[in-house]
Amino acid sequence: MSDVALPALADAPAKTEQTETPARPRRRLPYLQAAPMALVFVVFLAIPLLLTLMVSFWEYNEYEIIPAFTLQNYRDVFEGCGNLADPCTTVRTYLSTLKFCALTLAFTLMVGFPVAYFLAFHVRSRAVQMALFLLCTIPFWTSNVIRMISWIPLLGRNGLVNDTLRSLGVIERPIEGLLYSDFSVTLAFVHLYTVFMIVPIFNSMARIDRSLIEAAYDAGATGWQTLWSVVVPLCKPGIAIGTIFVLTLVMGDFVTVGVMGGQQIASVGKVIQVQMSYLQFPAAAANAVVLLAAVLMMILGLTRVIDLRKEL
Amino acid sequence: MSDRPRGLAFTALAAFFALYVLFLYGPTLTILALSFQGPQGGLTFPMNGVSTHWFGKLWAGGGIVDIWAAFGRSLRLSFVVMVLTVVLAFFAGLAFRKGFRGANALFAIAVASLIVPSIVVSLGIGLEFRLVDDAINALAAATGWGWLQDHGTAMGLYSSALGAHLTWTLPFGLLIMFAVFNRFDPAYEEAARDLGATGAQTLRHVVVPILAPALVGVALFGFTLSFDELARTSQAIGGRNSLPLELQGLTTTVTTPEIYALGSLTTAVSALVIGTALAASLLLQRRRARRSLAGA
Repeated sequence: MSDVALPALADAPAKTEQTETPARPRRRLPYLQAAPMALVFVVFLAIPLLLTLMVSFWEYNEYEIIPAFTLQNYRDVFEGCGNLADPCTTVRTYLSTLKFCALTLAFTLMVGFPVAYFLAFHVRSRAVQMALFLLCTIPFWTSNVIRMISWIPLLGRNGLVNDTLRSLGVIERPIEGLLYSDFSVTLAFVHLYTVFMIVPIFNSMARIDRSLIEAAYDAGATGWQTLWSVVVPLCKPGIAIGTIFVLTLVMGDFVTVGVMGGQQIASVGKVIQVQMSYLQFPAAAANAVVLLAAVLMMILGLTRVIDLRKEL
Repeated sequence: MSDRPRGLAFTALAAFFALYVLFLYGPTLTILALSFQGPQGGLTFPMNGVSTHWFGKLWAGGGIVDIWAAFGRSLRLSFVVMVLTVVLAFFAGLAFRKGFRGANALFAIAVASLIVPSIVVSLGIGLEFRLVDDAINALAAATGWGWLQDHGTAMGLYSSALGAHLTWTLPFGLLIMFAVFNRFDPAYEEAARDLGATGAQTLRHVVVPILAPALVGVALFGFTLSFDELARTSQAIGGRNSLPLELQGLTTTVTTPEIYALGSLTTAVSALVIGTALAASLLLQRRRARRSLAGA
């Protein structure tokens, strides 16, 4: 896990090197100051994850979990997955979740990049830039569930979209698949998570030395060439960080898929949630371990393609 | 680039940006309008008259689960999370400035806390507390100690749910503190020390006042992230649900505009908190600017 986090470290450890040599009791101070936060992460992140790993190897029945080693939970997860022609439930669930990941990534990038570009390069006043930036982040401060249900009056069977299209004569009968479908789930993801793409890309763009762009123009590059050969490569860290955010949010999601999919679409997070509600903790833990492994592998793969440590 | 004339690209991008903002705000504005739906109105347009009927119904509390209790619980929990986030992130930020062994590890675990999917964190904390309960019950059975016999569960709003929220708010708080301390001039502290201030005095009278606007920002993040947090709370809440969890349950059961009224209301609370915090932050900055002018 430390390998995953390392790329972003560049900001922090620069401070670590500071060579201050105060009196002896003061040297203990930083440890005391950092201890409460470290304690929270140990008790509520590290230990829970270790326990999840442990319980994923335990047996269970309808009434209780039994601390006896078994691989059965993992066998259950991958049961019948050897057959490629007729994929098992787990593979189908992961494929469905990965599909949402790919769609959400594509659309958040397609929307997020131009928005960040506009804010970073076309808005000249710093105050206006900040104001517009705030405008993008304010909705992020209200409940996700509220933002999801606010699509109902627009996409429903008698919603605004269907009504408008009907009164314009474009369609005769309302389109059924607008709400509670793959479409509405993807739409909600894009609606909720584009900001996670905009912020890091904007951050990358703000750091680009403007004279590099001047140099590109002076050297005769067109706008598109400058964009593709100068701006995009320099935005890679931002794109990678945004991608990591979107990936982890979508991979583990069960709320959006539940609410916007009308509780009909499967997702990995939902499988875990359902197993928890049936008190099948070891099964849920095994699924959680597999999910975490999948997410970490994707992030590691990403850091291979883009060396975040070097880029920062 | 900044002295180039604005061309077609600017117009196109500005239009794109405007569309994005519309996409962002449109749906929320729709339910804001629909929460004033008339008593006979439904979940979609057209508006069937304008009334505050659904807010009234919400206020009366009948019909759906005790939403006000959940509201109160969420508000109190978010307040506690906010205070802890500010305090812990501030001191951890100070520690990172001075440097300590294990700084890299702490930073790594903070970032990991953001990256691990929420459902996994939630499940882990839920499991942890169940195992603690099991251990306590086993101890009670083995020892027969009276005070342990009616142990219910250690899970609760201010134990497991609080921890779950902190795993989400603290990394953001810490990252903000990094950004803030990066721009903080240590000369202020040195000056205070040279004038004979102790470490605590320097913090109290120099560092905290200068960083006050940023600390308000951390508080803001802490409160709103916690107030709307759902995924991490879901398996770690114990018996009584927080507001977002109740809301999620209501999406499948409530079929009247009452749920829009509730949505408008919670959005208003978030807006109110943010507005107050921003105003406070601005006020603090102004006051500081005035003081430094007066001092000069």
